[in-house]
Amino acid sequence: MKTCDSQSCCTVIPDSCEKPDIPDEKFRTLRYLTYIVPLLVLWWFVYGELESFSRLVTYSVLHLQHGRRLSGAVEFFIFEAPKVLMLLLLVVFGVGVVRSFFTPEKTRAILAGKRESIGNVLAALLGIVTPFCSCSAVPLFIGFVTTGVPLGVTFSFLISAPMINEIAVVLLYGLFGWKVAAIYISTGLLIAMIAGWIIGKLHMEPYLEDWVLQIKTSGSGMVEEKLTWADRIQYGLDAIKDIVGKVWPYVLVGIAIGAGIHGYVPEGFMASIMGKSAWWSVPLAVVIGVPMYSNAAGIIPVVHALIEKGAALGTVLAFMMSVIGLSFPEAVILRKVLKPRLIAVFFGVVAFGIMIVGYLFNVLM
Amino acid sequence: MEIKVLGPGCSKCQQTEKVVKDAVAEAGVAADVEKVTDMMAIAGYGVFGTPAVVVNGEVKSVGKVPKKEDVKKWLAAVK
Repeated sequence: MKTCDSQSCCTVIPDSCEKPDIPDEKFRTLRYLTYIVPLLVLWWFVYGELESFSRLVTYSVLHLQHGRRLSGAVEFFIFEAPKVLMLLLLVVFGVGVVRSFFTPEKTRAILAGKRESIGNVLAALLGIVTPFCSCSAVPLFIGFVTTGVPLGVTFSFLISAPMINEIAVVLLYGLFGWKVAAIYISTGLLIAMIAGWIIGKLHMEPYLEDWVLQIKTSGSGMVEEKLTWADRIQYGLDAIKDIVGKVWPYVLVGIAIGAGIHGYVPEGFMASIMGKSAWWSVPLAVVIGVPMYSNAAGIIPVVHALIEKGAALGTVLAFMMSVIGLSFPEAVILRKVLKPRLIAVFFGVVAFGIMIVGYLFNVLM
Repeated sequence: MEIKVLGPGCSKCQQTEKVVKDAVAEAGVAADVEKVTDMMAIAGYGVFGTPAVVVNGEVKSVGKVPKKEDVKKWLAAVK
């Protein structure tokens, strides 16, 4: 006998448990909205008051004196920590809802059979909105290359997906302003497009591990889920739980270190090491950054404080991109499908692109 | 019934295995739950992300930890 275990909807007709009840769905969406709209208004209000709040706490509640190093650090932390966390909540939710419209499967379908140039551009753009985690890089890679997505296009996706993530963009926007965030996104996209295009032109297909191309995929028999707006909102809330729940300690530690640098490191201290005049600082930043693996959440507040003390923006961007975009664990994961030479080319081309971006911004700004 | 949890061993994959096993136990169905960690085997299913859940050869979820209620629905559907 066919039974259904979910108790909510099966009391009348057993078959109805497969189809969502339409009025019920509308009700769910409405219920979500009655929570979310007031929360957004509250968010807006609190966000606007953060700066005066941080001054109030630092100087009136804690009675710290103006101009002291400690007060500078404390004010910085009390202002930046809630600000960045609040931005993170909002953007992760928004990105979560947007991502519920994209799946790796849909992205693959869009990219399959596209010409190289337009494919590279699309892949880099889709890399931003397609849900991706580096632990599924391998199945995704295989899925792409065995179902007609050109190798270079696949790489454009693989470069842009981790490098341009919502956490990096939020932190850049929160700490540096929209211009730097926009620069980061656009140069990141350019690197992904061009590096992928170059890898495609080099015809590296023989440097895939042999078993990859022998795999016969069915092209996934996965049935597309029909998502309602309530589901999409739930998707955004899950993203908050998932991402913000994981990164908040890193954000706090990063901002605490940033606050320390803000208060205690003398002005201009970084200028000699990471300033514009030191030509070697960009390659050095990349060489240090590539093997490092840190999520954007921990690294950006530190970087922000470094810039304040005289480090050049280009150098810092290069450092950040190489930390976030390329990492040693990623190389280990990809080694299962790529021969060493292709991994070397991949890292080499991307690192080179990042260096160019670094120099470019040191010259321009 | 044959259930396979595909995943190389990240934390989400372990959560998925647990959710599936719990669902099987609560639904009281006879099912073999097998964890597939080999990349080549995973790739053979044509999934684009892990963790993925395959019930009787049919891919049911990809790239996320499924909810226990959803797993139970899949179990009920093939029973």
